[in-house]
Amino acid sequence: MTTTGRTEARRAAVRAGLSRGWLETKYSLAEPADVVWYLAFPVIYAVVLLFMRGSTVPGTDFALGAMVLPSLVGMSIAFGGLTGAASTIAVDREDGTLLRAKATPNGMIGYLVGKILMFTLTAAVSLVALVIPAFTVAGDLRLDARTWVLLVLIFVVGMVATVPASVALGSLFKTSAQTGLLFLASTALIIPSGIFYPITALPTWLQWVGQAFPYYWLGLGARSAMLPEAMVVAEIGGSWRTAEMFVVLGIWAVVGMVLAPIVLRRMARRESGSTVAAARERFMAKGY
Amino acid sequence: MTDPVPPPSGELALDVRDLRMRYGTKDVLTGVSFTARRGEVVALLGPNGAGKTTTIEILEGFRMRSAGEVTVLGQDPARGDEAWRARLGVVLQSWRDHGRWRVRDLLGYLARFYAPYSTAEVPRPWDVDELIGVVGLAEHADAKILKLSGGQRRRLDVAIGIVGRPELVFLDEPTAGFDPHARREFHDLVHRLADFENTTVLLTTHDLDEAEKLADRILVLDEGTIVADGSAEQLARELTTQAEVRWTADGRRQVHAVAEGDPTDFVRRLLAGDPGVTDLEVRRASLEDTYMALVHRAETAGPGQQDLDGQVTEQTEEVQS
Repeated sequence: MTTTGRTEARRAAVRAGLSRGWLETKYSLAEPADVVWYLAFPVIYAVVLLFMRGSTVPGTDFALGAMVLPSLVGMSIAFGGLTGAASTIAVDREDGTLLRAKATPNGMIGYLVGKILMFTLTAAVSLVALVIPAFTVAGDLRLDARTWVLLVLIFVVGMVATVPASVALGSLFKTSAQTGLLFLASTALIIPSGIFYPITALPTWLQWVGQAFPYYWLGLGARSAMLPEAMVVAEIGGSWRTAEMFVVLGIWAVVGMVLAPIVLRRMARRESGSTVAAARERFMAKGY
Repeated sequence: MTDPVPPPSGELALDVRDLRMRYGTKDVLTGVSFTARRGEVVALLGPNGAGKTTTIEILEGFRMRSAGEVTVLGQDPARGDEAWRARLGVVLQSWRDHGRWRVRDLLGYLARFYAPYSTAEVPRPWDVDELIGVVGLAEHADAKILKLSGGQRRRLDVAIGIVGRPELVFLDEPTAGFDPHARREFHDLVHRLADFENTTVLLTTHDLDEAEKLADRILVLDEGTIVADGSAEQLARELTTQAEVRWTADGRRQVHAVAEGDPTDFVRRLLAGDPGVTDLEVRRASLEDTYMALVHRAETAGPGQQDLDGQVTEQTEEVQS
């Protein structure tokens, strides 16, 4: 096969992957359990914001809910991107989906493209659902053209920074049951992320931990997009640090995109009919 | 896309020489050699643990071998590229993958990967609706895959395996867990593949009956090596070396087992030595008897403990008639 032939075959795989992402999103939105999952966080946030009504950021007359909402937007992007892909990759590995991709010419390309598109679309669904609680605090937010441009930008950069890293992480897990650990770790990382509690009030070493992960930066980015300019004083260094945000997220994106194909290929090389059969037997015997 | 496929070694779709596989200190394959011509249906028959799945996974390119030479459609599967992969069909033992997908959606999605590999001789892929009809899933084309019965799901697996019009198809234990009806339907499907599409098929099974029904040629794999290779009749001659001679003398029924070789000599001596022999009967063990003995030994004794003929010693005994 010539080089142009190979390129054409890969292009066909990317197009097939896009149709895969679209179909999987469609199927997922038809599953009640999945829809509950996509909407659960927005609903929980709505309740949290409801309780925050009337409270103000200490020392100011700025509504606390309006302060927290942008952070929640950032967190939704990071949480969806980091945990979603990892958990489905472990499942797809056990049930033979990955092996099928491997048995198909350029199937892995189609699989990856499909996953990235699906997670982007479903994360967007969760974000759109955040509009509902957002109405309760919209009056205090700064919502103009700049907000929407920045939000779209942060969403795209956030997905690119987290989904490949998540794919790489998911490939490391041996069974789907182990991905529970990832949820736990993600939840733990939210503590020093400045989402629910101002990062400037934390000990310095914990601030550094928080700033190593996308949770903090995506929250910061969303705050810079949605909060009035005056609120910048609550941030580290009294700055939105937009350039630093794109640099840190960019590093995550590059590292993820370099690592994901390597780790995924290494894992997929081990996949064969007998490893899937072994997973099935373990599932039948233990139920997970 | 028109550059020629590297010419296969003669008309061989598969050429395996002295294939060896070792996991740690355990030798799973100890020198497997066989070939398959284009269009041939070959069954790899053997008891559980004989190394069938390991062999097929090496040929599929999913497992690295320890030693030996393997050529699959002219390429080494350990270095097979995507263009090579496009000419292969792998029928996986599925479980619950793509359970949410609809039958037609999944086949249509997978078919797209093969379109760039279409050639003048082999137009790829299959028309999806036509293929769904061929495997008898027309009524279920829009069904959720999760909702298919075991037999339907298996036919979908076959459809997925052949959607790219492969030149060579691998089937690993294709009818495990089938009821007789589903098994029959599946056999018809394999026959159709081989007859109309001139597809080479390599399938593994531990069921002699299935191997006899489906395959042009049967390879018996035992303890990591091929112990017999041929049609069912050839196997019967090659593998079944035991025979029983029964006769009546002085009103008593006698039986003598000839463990190895031609029973004629024994009969000649018997008749010469005793003119009172009547009701003489010489019975060669059937292929089924021999294969069952092999399976039984594989299941009871550990590998390499005793040889096949060791169970029967040459002796004459009286039997109740």
